[in-house]
Amino acid sequence: MEISAEKDQKGVVVCVTGRMDAVSSPAFEKAVDAWLEKGETMIVVDCCNLEYISSSGLRSILTVAKKLKTRNGKILLASLTSVVKEVFEISGFSTIIPIYDSLEGAMADL
Amino acid sequence: MEALELPAVLENLDTFVEFVRSGAVSFGLSNKRILEIELALEEALVNVFQNAYPEGNGLVEVCVGSRNEKEFVIEIIDEGVPFDPLARPDPDVTQGIEEREIGGLGIFLVKDMMDRVEYRREDAMNVLTFLVSKEQAGHDKT
Repeated sequence: MEISAEKDQKGVVVCVTGRMDAVSSPAFEKAVDAWLEKGETMIVVDCCNLEYISSSGLRSILTVAKKLKTRNGKILLASLTSVVKEVFEISGFSTIIPIYDSLEGAMADL
Repeated sequence: MEALELPAVLENLDTFVEFVRSGAVSFGLSNKRILEIELALEEALVNVFQNAYPEGNGLVEVCVGSRNEKEFVIEIIDEGVPFDPLARPDPDVTQGIEEREIGGLGIFLVKDMMDRVEYRREDAMNVLTFLVSKEQAGHDKT
């Protein structure tokens, strides 16, 4: 999985490419933690190139979401692809992590 | 059936996934269905990697094949502590962020994504079987 991030005036946009599985999820958490340490609290994850997520990925996202909540921050996910969206819906995560069809939609809510 | 047996460690996850993917492609499943199978496989394997062998060293075997050419079959076999993943209660998927527990979702996703899931304990082995029915003709291959 590749992760790139860009700081916007509203928050940080993290772009994930590939798969968030048991092997790669820790890297996602580390990347977001690095931004949290810099004082960032608004994180948008652009998932347009994320083709796969397992429960390890969900666990990482939940860990990040819980941390952000304690800092009055938020994590938003944008542009989920088919199987990823399915996993979010089955697991109930779509009701606790805000999901947007587009990056613009997510940015507008920051 | 074709089989692959390797040490039950996370480093081998990708190898097992490639192995099953190749079997699923040969069977003729859609890309979407294959991703779902990979997800179920990962959930089952990570569970074995983390819990089957408390002493540390053990093997896990993954077998793929077809049953009557109508069902794609995946078997995950380990010689670890007796464990029936289907006997666990489902996580509460209606909980909010604060209450939501980290973990517990793996087997829940497996049961949802696979057409059938079976467990048996045989000769000191845990055998977890996934069955995926061949998709209807004309099914969108994406």
